[in-house]
Amino acid sequence: MTAPHRLVVEDLQVCLAGTRTDVVSEVDFEVAPGEVLGLVGESGSGKTTVALALLGYARRGLHITGGRIFLDGRDILGIDEHELPALRGGKVAYVPQEPAAALNPVRRVGNQIAEVLRVHEGRADKDSDVAGRVREVLAAVDLPTDRAFLRRFPHQLSGGQQQRIVIAMAFACRPGVIVFDEPTTGLDVTTQRHFLELIADLCATSGVAAVYVSHDLAVVGQVAKAVAVMYAGRIVELGPTATVFATPEHPYTRLLMRAVPSLDKAEVMEGIEGLPPRPVSRPAGCSFAARCPDAGPECLLSPPAKADISESHWVRCVRVRRDAQDLSGRQAIQPTSVSQTRPAVLEVEGLRASFGTNEVLHGVGFTLPEDTCVAVVGESGSGKTTLARCIIGMHTNWLGSIRYEGNELSNGARQRGKDVLKRIQYVFQDPYTALNPRKTVGQLVAQPIAHFYGLPRAEADARVVKVLEDVSLSADFLNRYPDQLSGGERQRAAIARALAAEPDLLVCDEVSSALDVSVQATIVEMLRHLQAEHRLAMLFITHNLALVRGIAQSVIVLSQGRIVEQGPVEEVFERPRDPYTIRLMSDAPRLSVAATGSARVPTAGARRPEEG
Amino acid sequence: MSRPRSSKKLRRHEWLTLLHRAAASRRGIVGLSLAGFVVLVAVVGAVWTPDSPTAFLYDPLQKPSVQALLGGDYLGRDVLSRVLGGGWVLLVMAVAATVIGVCLGAFQGIEAAYLGGRTDTMIMRGMDVFLAFPAIVLALLIVGTVGPKLWLIVLAVGLGHVPQVARVMRAAALDIAERDYVKAVELQGVKPTRIITGEILPNLVSPLMVELGSRLTYSIVIIAGLSFLGFGQQPPAPSWGNMISENRIGLQTNPWAVIVPAALIALLAIGTNLFADAVARAAIGADRQVEQAFVRTEAAKASQ
Repeated sequence: MTAPHRLVVEDLQVCLAGTRTDVVSEVDFEVAPGEVLGLVGESGSGKTTVALALLGYARRGLHITGGRIFLDGRDILGIDEHELPALRGGKVAYVPQEPAAALNPVRRVGNQIAEVLRVHEGRADKDSDVAGRVREVLAAVDLPTDRAFLRRFPHQLSGGQQQRIVIAMAFACRPGVIVFDEPTTGLDVTTQRHFLELIADLCATSGVAAVYVSHDLAVVGQVAKAVAVMYAGRIVELGPTATVFATPEHPYTRLLMRAVPSLDKAEVMEGIEGLPPRPVSRPAGCSFAARCPDAGPECLLSPPAKADISESHWVRCVRVRRDAQDLSGRQAIQPTSVSQTRPAVLEVEGLRASFGTNEVLHGVGFTLPEDTCVAVVGESGSGKTTLARCIIGMHTNWLGSIRYEGNELSNGARQRGKDVLKRIQYVFQDPYTALNPRKTVGQLVAQPIAHFYGLPRAEADARVVKVLEDVSLSADFLNRYPDQLSGGERQRAAIARALAAEPDLLVCDEVSSALDVSVQATIVEMLRHLQAEHRLAMLFITHNLALVRGIAQSVIVLSQGRIVEQGPVEEVFERPRDPYTIRLMSDAPRLSVAATGSARVPTAGARRPEEG
Repeated sequence: MSRPRSSKKLRRHEWLTLLHRAAASRRGIVGLSLAGFVVLVAVVGAVWTPDSPTAFLYDPLQKPSVQALLGGDYLGRDVLSRVLGGGWVLLVMAVAATVIGVCLGAFQGIEAAYLGGRTDTMIMRGMDVFLAFPAIVLALLIVGTVGPKLWLIVLAVGLGHVPQVARVMRAAALDIAERDYVKAVELQGVKPTRIITGEILPNLVSPLMVELGSRLTYSIVIIAGLSFLGFGQQPPAPSWGNMISENRIGLQTNPWAVIVPAALIALLAIGTNLFADAVARAAIGADRQVEQAFVRTEAAKASQ
């Protein structure tokens, strides 16, 4: 018999419909009332599939084929079809990724919360009850409860408020389980931190068992008591967050943590080579064996069984606690001092950019010396992308001056000379839209070579191969189309296209934000090498403060269209002066357990908890 | 989860795949056989007719007999020979008008979408003015003033399609023109015409195919209609539209002289329309079907 609101998942399996190919298998975990379990994994690991299965739901093309999910002692996979609507939203609530998409834009927020109650509690006749409960849950999520607020429409609320409304809806019916599916994506760090605290609080006080799905280890660390790491459809490690972060036992967990950039040290980030196997092509043995530095012959034989480390901590690895390679410590990057004497490649002065009459950059000025990487950090809406787009000539509505090697640049790319266009190259944020789906990688990379240099065919082809080599793509990729590439490979191809023009200045706009952590590390590390090798000037735009330390020599902090702080990376990170920068630093999630208050990335591997 | 890896053939020849898939659907099969039958009649007639279509062989409006399977027309010419010989010009004209209309319209539409701003306004408002005249009235106006020259009819009908095609293609291109991969090429200073043909157009194959199909139906109906009104091939040359018009007086004596050409035009229009519809459905369902097929084959491989 299980205790109330205890969630127990046993041997859950989800398959591709009509086949015996499992997408998710052998998933076991328990969540005690009031606790939050973090479900961490990279894209394709099956974390969302598990999350949805908790609602008795499988996405189109998938089918829940085995296992049991007990809530309050009842198996929710065994209940009748007609009981499902009462389950979903009533007993198990779901908080989706995009709050704006989850709210009906034409209905007032008060009504939307009340609707959940009316549907599930059948209290349509007792309007005062419903209204009372609506106020109660709004108060619980720290939102105003007055009539005026209840009558607002979703678009009249900020992103953070919208997300709170969705949370209020989830808690409204006093569910036993709440599933959070990466609900903080798109929120800025301060909102995110408050939001995570709110979730942890609410779950604890209302005795809800919560599952928090995320790709971000640091975020999970802030909210979850226990963490389950998923890889290729299986949980590979499960344990208390503090223990897992301090002494990760599975090689995948260890490598994943090494891929997370550090806010506190300039270190070489290490990605994980290779790609996870897809559901249809998983090997007979351990799914991670192919990428695992520790893998031995026994790993290829059969899927590893659970091995207990302690009562609450287990790992799915046969070599655990046995002659594991020491993965501790990351190589530190020697801080290169920013020499003020280097001539500036790019000088920006009094840049004021607008959309229509709405000014979003209010007099931004900085210089970018040659052979230097300058990072521009800011939250969404700070104007960092607009700044990049003004520099490359994509956003034309600006005043002020942008000088490239002393020459004033015209507003739009169309008015600029071919030489300038060639020398300033831009890498787009989203590799999924930056490559023409009708062209092969070879054609895409050859395009700027043909356009800027007009080389003969053979020479151009040789150059394409060389540029692809620079981004570690083999010649096999020449004839592949973008949809045959993974996200990381696409971004490499996009970077190759920019490098093919042989630029002096590379503007990278959030190039890693659409990628998994392990891929992000590889891409950023690659950019760092390319920058040094080709002696590029680089403008690295990101919302992720931690990435900055691994790549840039100097940093610009942008807030609401103004530069609030700029200087060498070391100085700004160690001794931030502007209150905004200080807040940004303290609110950024770190790879540590919130409770310990420690702000250190555990750089130690399996056996040593931490080094100074 | 796993992303579909579409075959190279689909990438290189999306139009072929679309046709292939459309031809495999029930709607497509019916459409293709109807239109195919009419095309066969017209093509056979282009090279062979039992008698001369213009010779006076029988009594006016003679009833069908063994020598004259469909009887004689109002001047006593062989209806079968006229039916056989009267289709291919219509087909050629319809195809030519469609190609002209879709090419011009697509270019205008994509240009408007890509360049935007004032160019967009000017092109599209111009199209609106054009659109104010019904296609057939426009064609009548042009042909009526200059004279019933075949090339002029083709041009008039083709131009009549331009505004409609431009609207559809503009809508489709608006989305593509905003994509980052278009911007990436734009930032290199590549000329707009090259961006339109090299980057945008290859991504618009599906809507283009659908437009070609549906415009072909319109072309057939309008050209046959003009021919019925006397603006087409001039007597004594046979044409289906013409035949309906001239043999109306003998509808009671020898109805076949009217029914057969009318039925052929109808079958052709219905056939092409059904097939165009099948192409449109294939274009919409393209991705999902590819994905399902992919999942099936991969799963089959895995279970082996």
